Amino acid sequence: MTEAEIIAAVAEAHASATPLEIIGAGSKRGLLRPVQAARTLAVAAHSGITLHAPKELVVSARAGTTLRDLTAIVASAGQQITSEPPDLSGLLGDPAVPPAAQTIGGVVGANLSGPRRVAWGATRDHVLGVRAVNGRGELIRSGGRVLKNVTGLDICKLLTGSHGTLAVLTEITLKVLPAAERWGSVALTGLDPAQAVAALSAALGSPYAVSGAAHLPAEAAALVPALAWLGGAVTLARIEDFATSVAYRTDRLRADLAPFGRAEILDDAASRAAWDAVRDAVPLHGAAGAVWRVSVRPSAGPGVLAAIGRAFAASWFMDWGGGLIWLAGPATTAAHDAVMAAAGAASGTWMLLRAPEGLRAAVAVIPPEAPALARITASVKAAFDPKGILNPGRMYAGV
Amino acid sequence: MIRQPDPKQDVLDRRDAIIAGLRRLLPDSGVIAEPIRLKPYETDGLTAYRQVPLAVVLPETTEQVAAVLRFLHHEGVRVVPRGAGTSLSGGALPMADAVVVALMRLNRILDIDYADRCAVVQAGVTNIGITQAVQESGFFYAPDPSSQLACMIGGNVGMNSGGAHCLRYGVTSNNLLGLKIVTIAGEVLDIGGAHLDAAGYDWLGILTGSEGQLAVVTEVTVRILRGPEGARAMLAAFRSNEIAGACVDAIIGSGIIPVALEFMDRPAIHACEAFAHAGYPLDAEAMLIIEVEGSIGEQDTLLDRIRAICHRFDPISLRVSASAEESQAIWKGRKGAFGAVGRISPDYLCMDGTIPTSRLPEVLRRIAEMSAGYGLQVANIFHAGDGNLHPLIMFDANDPDSFHRAERFGADILTLCVEVGGCLTGEHGVGVEKRDLMGVQFTATELAQQRRIKDAFDPGWLLNPNKVFPLLAQAA
Ligand SMILES: Cc1cc2nc3c(=O)[nH]c(=O)nc-3n(C[C@H](O)[C@H](O)[C@H](O)COP(=O)(O)OP(=O)(O)OC[C@H]3O[C@@H](n4cnc5c(N)ncnc54)[C@H](O)[C@@H]3O)c2cc1C
Repeated sequence: MTEAEIIAAVAEAHASATPLEIIGAGSKRGLLRPVQAARTLAVAAHSGITLHAPKELVVSARAGTTLRDLTAIVASAGQQITSEPPDLSGLLGDPAVPPAAQTIGGVVGANLSGPRRVAWGATRDHVLGVRAVNGRGELIRSGGRVLKNVTGLDICKLLTGSHGTLAVLTEITLKVLPAAERWGSVALTGLDPAQAVAALSAALGSPYAVSGAAHLPAEAAALVPALAWLGGAVTLARIEDFATSVAYRTDRLRADLAPFGRAEILDDAASRAAWDAVRDAVPLHGAAGAVWRVSVRPSAGPGVLAAIGRAFAASWFMDWGGGLIWLAGPATTAAHDAVMAAAGAASGTWMLLRAPEGLRAAVAVIPPEAPALARITASVKAAFDPKGILNPGRMYAGV
Repeated sequence: MIRQPDPKQDVLDRRDAIIAGLRRLLPDSGVIAEPIRLKPYETDGLTAYRQVPLAVVLPETTEQVAAVLRFLHHEGVRVVPRGAGTSLSGGALPMADAVVVALMRLNRILDIDYADRCAVVQAGVTNIGITQAVQESGFFYAPDPSSQLACMIGGNVGMNSGGAHCLRYGVTSNNLLGLKIVTIAGEVLDIGGAHLDAAGYDWLGILTGSEGQLAVVTEVTVRILRGPEGARAMLAAFRSNEIAGACVDAIIGSGIIPVALEFMDRPAIHACEAFAHAGYPLDAEAMLIIEVEGSIGEQDTLLDRIRAICHRFDPISLRVSASAEESQAIWKGRKGAFGAVGRISPDYLCMDGTIPTSRLPEVLRRIAEMSAGYGLQVANIFHAGDGNLHPLIMFDANDPDSFHRAERFGADILTLCVEVGGCLTGEHGVGVEKRDLMGVQFTATELAQQRRIKDAFDPGWLLNPNKVFPLLAQAA
């Protein structure tokens, strides 16, 4: 599939006012609100690396390129996709989509970021340039292939995380960074959420450039082989660097965190296994019901958990220093209301990540915006997609 | 000379009524209308362009900003948001029929939260003011434009400003969590907050770097970071720009990302040394400032590796700073570079294109040829790791021909940047200066798309007029 074909398909849909469901491989179809569309435009067939310049820290790929292929290409030059995007297939479990099929278009469209986000930024922070087709069937480029660019409005950011509702991404240029020589982690055991977040704040507030900060209660840690042996809740801080620095920094960090208890140091292999599990939300793979991602200021995390705990028994764990709470619970309106209320009370944000279609269609899947902002959302949507043909209703009903 | 359209006569005719209206909304000292007191606001860091505004207002609260915008919106009067006025692209240049909304009295730090590593500050707090407020606890605000003593966080958001350390820590947009904004209709909106990655469209992203086109920012929630254990700089001097450029590639290619990697060519080295007395190598054609972070031991390890790489490029000299004072002196030269060039030539234009770093030798060669062709000197200073060039074109403002040649020279450089795969501006913004070059980088369709986003926020096009978008595109 070529970009010209994508342009033609969207232009035709625009002319005939035909709604399109835009997907990459379709691995994230279960996210957010279900899209009612006459046709599906699957961008997965538009794939391939178009530029790889390791010395300039950039890689460009057509939107249908799988994250796995892209990761392999940059790894061949000792580099990595910095925002560490998760693979949600274990969580969303769509039998129609093979694992690791997700495309870079989907990752950018959903602005998915993993544990490293807390230190090195989200996917949106690493998107240098995009080519995209708006809802009028016009090709628009924003950004470019250089690391610093403030020319014109930053449409790259607007399209990242817009879930295909503003334009169809056809090509993406990312900033990539060298992959660290070594990973290491400091693991504290037996902390409750409040103690854990305090420890993670101390770790993230240390001078050792902690690049991951998660807390798994005992039930969650037991489901991660690399952590289960610790026996109990695990509070984890990661260091990635040259080998000598990792040895030095994990040691210092363990000493700094001594007030929170005795800590183990996880080696490179154990760290990688543990953090991959955190990234992909492995502890929730077996959980039934709905899954939410709540983002709040880290110190509010324990309170949010307590409030939700009063409404239903949740399976959960925390990333981003306690600021990101992954939650599983009953797929009911009542449970959803409790999550919304708890996150709202903490002035945070949330996303209904997995739920039966009925629930996703019936409730707000992300926080509704204040009326004045909702008006801007509608105008910006119209500015890209005047006939509302791109993934209609995916983020908000009627947008 | 960039042409500005005529002011709206009907607004000029209503000047007294508009000022009276503003005086009803603000304390006496908050409205400036006397010509002599308007004068300081007639220009910004791009001093070749000057225009006294209709009036200047100095609100002290978000509510006052909202009241002022509501009134001006109702009256159909244009608005120029202004921070410290250090923009190098004419971003804060007034219009004769516009009211400047200067945010400098919104200068309070509202909250510092070390546990959650964020701070809420008003738009008029200076960039350095944030770091100063948190440095006793070992924290800092990362983006560090050379103008950081003066420029304000609201202006940094306006321009998505960068700094010498953004190779490691990112630019403004990578270091923000939330904004409080006032729309042109006077509505107050909260964007983001103290948490990461608000759902919904990335308003934080589109507002940052929007150059005052979409809304007025009154509060900013920034990320604050714990500083490293220490940092040390080294200087590496080379026989040619090509060799220094190849060395930059080799360092990045080795898997080391220094926290800063700055490049100066011979004229820049000489200008900065005369100013800072930092011991810059005057016999070199090009020089790199390379900074690493960590414990002393980690710094040693990294600097050893970097030194070994530099040795492959036949350096004239390599010098690792031996003390904090020495590092400071090294940075004083770089951060004072514009002032230093100002001492050799009272007038200069600072260009700001970005290029793919592999094209550096070729671009510097072409700039040297243009310099000869236009008969104007140029000094090159830039952020080498990310390819953001700052050619400083020296001219004589008393000689109109020299100024016109300088502008054409600048436009040629920026066009060249786009030609080799880069962009018009890496951190200083489009403003007035590069407005009419936008067509070099964007198609008409792309500009129309940007314009429609502007329409969504500011349907009457009252915010920061005649900037960013080419005038023809604005009229369309
Ligand atoms: C000596 C010198 C060195 C410099 N070094 C650097 C550097 O290293 N890196 C770099 O990126 N830049 C640099 N600059 C450029 C300039 O300092 C930055 O663009 C800075 O962010 C401008 O901040 P300011 O407060 O002066 O804003 P202004 O110049 O007052 O305004 C900048 C733009 O933002 C808009 N604006 C200002 N405040 C608001 C607000 N509250 N809400 C909405 N819009 C607003 C204005 O309308 C204007 O378009 C330098 C400038 C000088 C003079």
